[in-house]
Amino acid sequence: MTTQSARKFNIDTVEHAGQTPETDLPWAELGLKENEFEEIVKLLGRRPTAAELAMYSVMWSEHCSYKSSKVHLRQFGEKLTEEMKKDMMVGIGENAGVTDLGDGWAVTFKVESHNHPSFVEPYQGAATGIGGIVRDIISMGARPVAVMDPLRFGAIDHPDTARLVHGIVHGIGGYGNSLGLPNIGGEVVFDSVYQANPLVNALAVGVLRHEDLRLANASGVGNKVVLFGARTGGDGIGGASVLASESFDDTKPSKRPAVQVGDPFAEKVLIECCLELFKASLVEGIQDLGAAGISCATSELASNGEGGMQVELTSVLLRDPTLTPGEILMSESQERMMAIVRPENVEAFEKVMEKWAVEHSWLGEVTDTGRLIITWDGETIVDVDPRTVAHEGPVYHRPYHRPEWLDGVQADTFRSSAAGASLPSSGEELKAAVLTLMASPNMCDKSWVTRQYDNYVGGNTALSAPDDAGVIRVDEETGLGVGISTDANGRYAYLDPYTGAQLALAESYRNVATSGAVPMAVTDCLNFGSPEDPEVMWQFAEAVRGLADACQTLGIPVTGGNVSLYNQTGTTAIHPTPVVGVLGKFDDVARRTPSGWRKDADGQAIYLLGTTRDELDGSEFANLRGHLGGLPPKLDLEAEKTLGAILVNASRDGMVDAAHDLSEGGLAAALSEMALRFGVGARVSLDELCERDGVDVFTALFSESQGRAVVAVPRSEEVRFNDMATARNYPVIRLGVVDVLATSLDVQGQFELPLETLREAHEATLPKYFG
Amino acid sequence: MSETPLIADLGTKEEAPLSGARIGVVTFPGTLDDRDAARAVRLAGGTPVALWHADETLGDVDAVVLPGGFSYGDYLRAGAIARFAPLMSKIVDAAKSDAKLPVLGICNGFQILTESHLLPGSMVKNDHLKFICRDQVLRVENAETAWTNQFEAGQEITVVLKNQDGQYVADEKTLDELEGEGRVAFRYVGWNPNGSRRGIAGITNAAGNVVGLMPHPEHAVEPGFAPLDGDTGAYSTDGLGFFTSVLNQLVGGAK
Repeated sequence: MTTQSARKFNIDTVEHAGQTPETDLPWAELGLKENEFEEIVKLLGRRPTAAELAMYSVMWSEHCSYKSSKVHLRQFGEKLTEEMKKDMMVGIGENAGVTDLGDGWAVTFKVESHNHPSFVEPYQGAATGIGGIVRDIISMGARPVAVMDPLRFGAIDHPDTARLVHGIVHGIGGYGNSLGLPNIGGEVVFDSVYQANPLVNALAVGVLRHEDLRLANASGVGNKVVLFGARTGGDGIGGASVLASESFDDTKPSKRPAVQVGDPFAEKVLIECCLELFKASLVEGIQDLGAAGISCATSELASNGEGGMQVELTSVLLRDPTLTPGEILMSESQERMMAIVRPENVEAFEKVMEKWAVEHSWLGEVTDTGRLIITWDGETIVDVDPRTVAHEGPVYHRPYHRPEWLDGVQADTFRSSAAGASLPSSGEELKAAVLTLMASPNMCDKSWVTRQYDNYVGGNTALSAPDDAGVIRVDEETGLGVGISTDANGRYAYLDPYTGAQLALAESYRNVATSGAVPMAVTDCLNFGSPEDPEVMWQFAEAVRGLADACQTLGIPVTGGNVSLYNQTGTTAIHPTPVVGVLGKFDDVARRTPSGWRKDADGQAIYLLGTTRDELDGSEFANLRGHLGGLPPKLDLEAEKTLGAILVNASRDGMVDAAHDLSEGGLAAALSEMALRFGVGARVSLDELCERDGVDVFTALFSESQGRAVVAVPRSEEVRFNDMATARNYPVIRLGVVDVLATSLDVQGQFELPLETLREAHEATLPKYFG
Repeated sequence: MSETPLIADLGTKEEAPLSGARIGVVTFPGTLDDRDAARAVRLAGGTPVALWHADETLGDVDAVVLPGGFSYGDYLRAGAIARFAPLMSKIVDAAKSDAKLPVLGICNGFQILTESHLLPGSMVKNDHLKFICRDQVLRVENAETAWTNQFEAGQEITVVLKNQDGQYVADEKTLDELEGEGRVAFRYVGWNPNGSRRGIAGITNAAGNVVGLMPHPEHAVEPGFAPLDGDTGAYSTDGLGFFTSVLNQLVGGAK
């Protein structure tokens, strides 16, 4: 085998570039626009080398530069209040946001998309989605402690859906289970709008002591730059067309897959190895290698630090010795990290690498030249200001306008439509409707998916799917912990993106509070169509504005997230799908509230908090009848705050033994899920509710009015609970009691639904389609 | 040999009567449930001792737990590489010696024990080909081993099952021998979750000091973070029995 330095390419050096200004460069094939290429030439004062072009093209891509979304995302910073900054240790812009938990603990979390690769290669796409987000968490100096997966697929009965469901779920399990990270929740939604664009979002959460916080910067002139973890291969190279022009022989592999291939064992070892480095304070700055690989890591580290870095690219350890410099710079091979190490720590660093059998190579050092210089065998192939690569890319104010069709859609309400005719009203009809709802693809039992994930590993999982939030203990001594939920409703956001994004936040906030945690921070994954379509861009702008406004009202900041655009097939975009994750804090996770009543809860009173209105537009019931029109449910963020406070206090003071928020499927879904959670029946009456709120039984069961939750209250706590809700002027009504002897959900005067029948319908759907 | 607690800030608060017993928990590259196993040892009253696969000596431990995970990624065959770790040869020798070192292999640890030939048979992919994580009822078939003496024969316990390659297989002769000699330690109750031969969830060696099982007792030791008992709906801490059994035996306690 030849040594790397002996490999000879026809290297396009900086010197060569200066001498050959007229050389045609394939910037267009790499996805750059003409004005962007001209800007690069202006910045450099000459044409870029092939390696520089590779770096700029990938770092200035939509995915890395946020060039279309930046002008809108600014609101998350601009709308921050002092209250919101109180516990925020690290905000947007770093690998993941960090929130202070108290007692010297901090928590970091973020959600990201891996949509496109997961459609092309479901197993590896989903697996590396987990790998990438977990490395973001490690980069902050944290131990990853849990993952969650919000997933959206096309129609459940479409021939291609099974391929994606099997591959994606298997990939998430195969990778996540091997890392020893409990998978504590997420979502599984089916809708034909996601047919050729499944949404595979991955959330990871990690915990750290304050002193372990690390940031991605290269500081300290003379400090060493090291690349460690897996070797660099030819996987995940974007826009290989220009690189082909560097290729002067055809002996090298071609047609490489654009999707990266994951090795969870390498990642697990990398996690432990990094934690050992942090513990011994052996790294000054650290950055994971994700999108844009070494291009991203070197330029971001350099521009966040002293501003200069010198790197010798032939030192990179390769899986494939035929890779060219440009390919090495762009490779997205997984399980790699780059760190900055003081010269006196080099030996200790190498000892840790040796212990974990992790390969590493010293690439260069930090300088104060303000330039990122990359050499190949000593010849300069990149000489750039790293800020122009990492942070000062193009910014677009894309045109946007409200879609022409929206008025028509909003006028087409469920009640006025043909789908809204002949609604169930008799007891038998209502019972059948509840069964149909609970067996429907979106409302059915998801344990076919969640049973393929390890939710126990680590021994700190206090709640996981199907509870409202995943709950993880952080400190085993005190019980300090966190609760997290992710939510989105693409149909609501389609009807009104501003309110739809807020509704996603509200539901996530409500879920976290329902579990008993005090909401503290937000992460978002904004999945939209093409930003070049002004109507999609309007949806995006409205969703961001809505989310930023709602965060301000709720007093919790967005600390990080991700934007995924171009989710569309031809000219048809997916529903705008802002997935929102909320993280809350428990002083003691022993106080968490499960989402169903247990066998020892006999006779406990069942209460409904909140007001029920006639709100069926965009609902799951309307969806069952194939209708989507009208306006999403009204949102009152002040009411959500009050409800949240009631739920958190009730949990803290032991006033509730079970709680479940009302969202998709309304009261019918909430009562069904609470009864099925531990297989315990209940007797409820809706008469008083219908009377008070002026709705019929059908509406009481299926409306998706916001600001509502069902709780189970021990007899001894009823007075206190009622007093608390009344004192806060929040509507509360007693629906009935938990009945351990009953084997059914008894809606008195309407129907009695045997739990066995309900369970069979609820659990049969996914196995029926996916085996 | 280091005695650093594997879990941050969680020391045994008060001196438990059995805390003198030192239970080693081995970490291989890719081991996942080592912290959980150490916690279980501590909650049962013992002192967990972190052992590293590359260590050349066992040091001063009274028993060893091989925890779950995917050692070396299990890319070749579960446990196939881990069995060659320097520490494994020490463990195999000690388990076979007159001292009869108690060894518990959980999940990947069980796979390592069969690969090391301390226990017969092998594990292959679950018959339904999927990873499965669920609360699992087991029947204790042999309550005489170092790791089961605090149970009653026939007792049903609830622990956690989570694996990809959990289907226990062996030839008919071996299976007959295991049955004949009372070396089936645990059997799945109800649905067989991975297609294991004769519903076998765990087995013991003839001396009763080496026990391996696919399910995870270390995940059923602490209320609030444990599986639910199907009958009562309460959290199951049945897994503690494994660890109190070995501690009981180590201090010379009788059943």
